[in-house]
Amino acid sequence: MSLDAAWLALLRDLQLAFRKRGQLVQPLAFFAMVTMLFPLAISPELSRLRSIAPGVLWVAALLASLLALEFLFRDDAYDGTLEQYALSGRSLTGLMFAKTVAHWLLTGLPLTLMAPLAALSLGAPAASIPGILAAVAAGTVALSLIGSIGAALTLGIKRSGALLSLLILPLSLPVLIFGARATQLAINGSPLLPPLELLAALAVLAVTLAPLAAAAAVRISLE
Amino acid sequence: MTWTWFHRLGSPPYVYALAARLTPWFAWPAALLILGGLWGGLVLAPPDYQQGEGVRILYVHAPSAWMSLMVYTSMAIAGAVGLIWRIKVAHAVAASCAPIGASFTVAALVTGALWGKPMWGTYWEWDPRLTSELILLFLYLGYMGLRTGIEDTQRADRASAVLAVVGLVNVPIIHYSVTWWNSLHQAPSVMRLAKPSMAPSMLIPLLMMLLGFTLLFGALLLVRLRGEILSRERAASWIREVVGA
Repeated sequence: MSLDAAWLALLRDLQLAFRKRGQLVQPLAFFAMVTMLFPLAISPELSRLRSIAPGVLWVAALLASLLALEFLFRDDAYDGTLEQYALSGRSLTGLMFAKTVAHWLLTGLPLTLMAPLAALSLGAPAASIPGILAAVAAGTVALSLIGSIGAALTLGIKRSGALLSLLILPLSLPVLIFGARATQLAINGSPLLPPLELLAALAVLAVTLAPLAAAAAVRISLE
Repeated sequence: MTWTWFHRLGSPPYVYALAARLTPWFAWPAALLILGGLWGGLVLAPPDYQQGEGVRILYVHAPSAWMSLMVYTSMAIAGAVGLIWRIKVAHAVAASCAPIGASFTVAALVTGALWGKPMWGTYWEWDPRLTSELILLFLYLGYMGLRTGIEDTQRADRASAVLAVVGLVNVPIIHYSVTWWNSLHQAPSVMRLAKPSMAPSMLIPLLMMLLGFTLLFGALLLVRLRGEILSRERAASWIREVVGA
């Protein structure tokens, strides 16, 4: 049963990551830093910050998840694990999905938990927290999955950072648009269901299609 | 039904010769149609009652914007054909499409900005169509970046084909999300390019330009395809016969 293999791959990735806890903090620290740059660059007035908070939050989340993508396949490509996955006869799509889920648990979930803090520091009211949590959770799922395609395509390219962002950012724009809109509505205290549903739709679409594309890309890079 | 014509399209020498023969059949009608369309659009057609003479840039802008999307679609389809049936020539077609499509996108952006100056009073407005066009340019740049990033041609072909297909799935999503985003910030603009009814004196030159640009893309593609095949097959013996070296 290939779900077993996917489950084992997921556990393996989590275990490996917890042995190198230092790396896990980096995207979070990056997210917090980028959020901090805006009050310093624009103004400390909470009323002004509140109006730009959704944009700041989502740009920071997008950049942090982009930064974290580097860890997704790199080590497994170096030590041959990906090759073993491809040769194992198990569904590579399922394994890619497992790796991406692990990646989301390690970067997307902490980012989701931290986003309300960042929003509060930018003047968002406490009542907006559930909405922001939901939006960032759905958005980071989609971002992790879209990112897995880019990370798989750029495997084996040296200094692929700039190229990876060029590949991923245009594809991530719908997530940014709907995410920032949902956050804005949450901060204003308005009903935010429509953009949230669109975000969820993007996440579902990414769950369905991204692992297929990522598996195809990994196979190509191993040829 | 015999499939020989299809199988022959997989052979680089055959396609190389075919492209050379077909090029004039695209290039000359393209030149005539574009000249005729320009004459009709820039001289014969009346100025618009709202936009004045500024509307004439539409005759270049709209076909460029149309082509930018069409070339991306062709590129993704060619890439998918190459990926599925492992046809090398299809990948060469996809590789030849990218710079042409990126150029059409730049043309659409520049003409859109020039049109915006008299209409909006600014060169750049965050209009949904212009913004989508800009994103499309980034998609092209990413595609070309991935191609140059991977040294092995076959891997570059297949990886960029996956990217093009993923991009094609995303183009409508991006377009509608950008339209949705824009509708929150400003009312639909007064001047809509896509008027349901257009006077024939404007419609005919526009259609001529559209067809002319499509044929121009065909001609450019055939020329680039020959170059692409030459560089990919440079080790093959048939090249020596063709170039007479």
